[in-house]
Amino acid sequence: MFWKSTYNEFIKIAAKPRSYIGIAAITLIVGIILFAMKMDGLEFISFVTAPFEQALSFEGNILNGNLIAFIILQMLIIHVPLLIALVTGDLVSGEGAMGTIRLLLTKPISRTSILFSKYIAGCAYTLVILLWMGFMALVVGKWMFGTGDLMVLNSDGLIVLQQQDLGWRFALGFSVAFLSLVMIATLSLTLSCFSENSIGPIVSTMAIIILFTIIGNLDVPVLQIIQPYLFTTHMMAWRSFFEDPLPYDDILHSLLILAIHIAGLLVIAVYKFNRKDILS
Amino acid sequence: MEEKIIEVNHLVKHYGKFKAVEDVSFDVYRGDVYGFLGPNGAGKSTTIRTILSLIKPTSGQIRMFGKDLQTDRNYILQRIGCIVEKPDFYKYLSAEKNLEIFARLSGVNVTKSKVHEIIEFVGLKGREKDKLGGFSHGMKQRLGIAQTLIHDPELIILDEPTTGLDPQGIIDIRNLILQLKNEHKKTVLLSSHILSEIELIANRMVIINKGRTIVQGSVSELLNAQELIVSISVDNIEKARQLLINASLEKAIDKIENNNLLLHISQEKIPFVNKMFCDNGLNVYSIEAKRKLEDYFLKLING
Repeated sequence: MFWKSTYNEFIKIAAKPRSYIGIAAITLIVGIILFAMKMDGLEFISFVTAPFEQALSFEGNILNGNLIAFIILQMLIIHVPLLIALVTGDLVSGEGAMGTIRLLLTKPISRTSILFSKYIAGCAYTLVILLWMGFMALVVGKWMFGTGDLMVLNSDGLIVLQQQDLGWRFALGFSVAFLSLVMIATLSLTLSCFSENSIGPIVSTMAIIILFTIIGNLDVPVLQIIQPYLFTTHMMAWRSFFEDPLPYDDILHSLLILAIHIAGLLVIAVYKFNRKDILS
Repeated sequence: MEEKIIEVNHLVKHYGKFKAVEDVSFDVYRGDVYGFLGPNGAGKSTTIRTILSLIKPTSGQIRMFGKDLQTDRNYILQRIGCIVEKPDFYKYLSAEKNLEIFARLSGVNVTKSKVHEIIEFVGLKGREKDKLGGFSHGMKQRLGIAQTLIHDPELIILDEPTTGLDPQGIIDIRNLILQLKNEHKKTVLLSSHILSEIELIANRMVIINKGRTIVQGSVSELLNAQELIVSISVDNIEKARQLLINASLEKAIDKIENNNLLLHISQEKIPFVNKMFCDNGLNVYSIEAKRKLEDYFLKLING
């Protein structure tokens, strides 16, 4: 029954027009970035490399598909949560708003199973969005700009990663980015259990992300105590795979924090959904 | 001995200080069309939602098919088809897809041909591929009935199934319920604010008010226990009135209205009065007995 319910959730997500907003938005945004980089990319690169040009000389195809993919991932990971929440925040509350939750919960399947069916479908949607972003960034990016070594600028300076050393970094980077986005999906699904309309959980998810991001960036001692425990602090953990050497401890710490948040939110969602009186 | 399908015992549901259901008890037997009556705010919807496990009761017990709802929820729900208030579906899916979605969760294997068969049964053939966004309320109600029947449940629970329907829609739903009872031997629990509907199709009923059971039992027995309002049309009203006084029935006379004599008498006394009038040379043009559930209902609710 659980898998039948999950199959149902896939059908619902695939049939909802709002599910395609994310795909369309990513196509549009990545398309614009690719176009802009094609037109003015070299100027952008010279602006970044200018401070190093007295000490270093740059050769080869610096503006390549790998750099484009890295830039796109860095830019979009901030905005994709909204596209994810648009669908996952609606998974439970949307049923309430439509009235279908009355029928759904009178079927011989436990509420926990229904919730996890929705969760799996929400995670699958998140994966599709991320894979589409990866496809647009890496495949289309390499097709348009060719390939080459990746030049990454971080707080320690400039790192150049060999082209043949990038496949696994992108794979693991996308995997950790997926975990970050699953965290967002879990948050919006949990908020969805508390709401009877679709907008509330979506807006609340974004409000929490913005709030935590602000708290995470404020240089105030009292807030610095909680900053390491905010999930937003670890949303950019994927970037660690583009450092040399890899900061294993930092990566593991981020994964642990994200996993704890996901587990905690799921417990809250299951508890709330099971105790929820359906009054709509 | 009749088999109890639903046993509701001292059901209570509070929301903080608000008491939605105070003490509701009733039994539904196999084969019943059971009327569930009460004024707005009486606790009908809360009770039905509790029976369907949409709401957790504060206290009390619900047993269905001989099992406890709390411990055997899935066993029970597999045997039930229901419409709770409006039949809401996924607007972005077709009627057929909606049915398939809910059929998949019904606990039994429902084939494509069964889906088409049930669509035809409720009169939606030809519209099965249409998205729900373009469906009228009546069509959604028909789809709701289809969804209710798709897994061939033993018990059908319909909460206000005729709300928002036009007269023809109401007649269709009424006929469908009678068909379900007579031809398909289903047990039906029917909540409705249209009292005449309950009177026409239910064999048993419960009336609740302010979250409490007021009365329950057989519809005919409960109504037969009541005095009737009998309207008699005769050619000489004054003589008729005098005959009634002579027969010590002066207290039964209610009033004279539109040249008709209105009497409060029991059903058994009607032939006696008719014979008395005829034997005394009165021409009796009509005798109309009014025994409306509505009157009975209002009498109970208003104390």
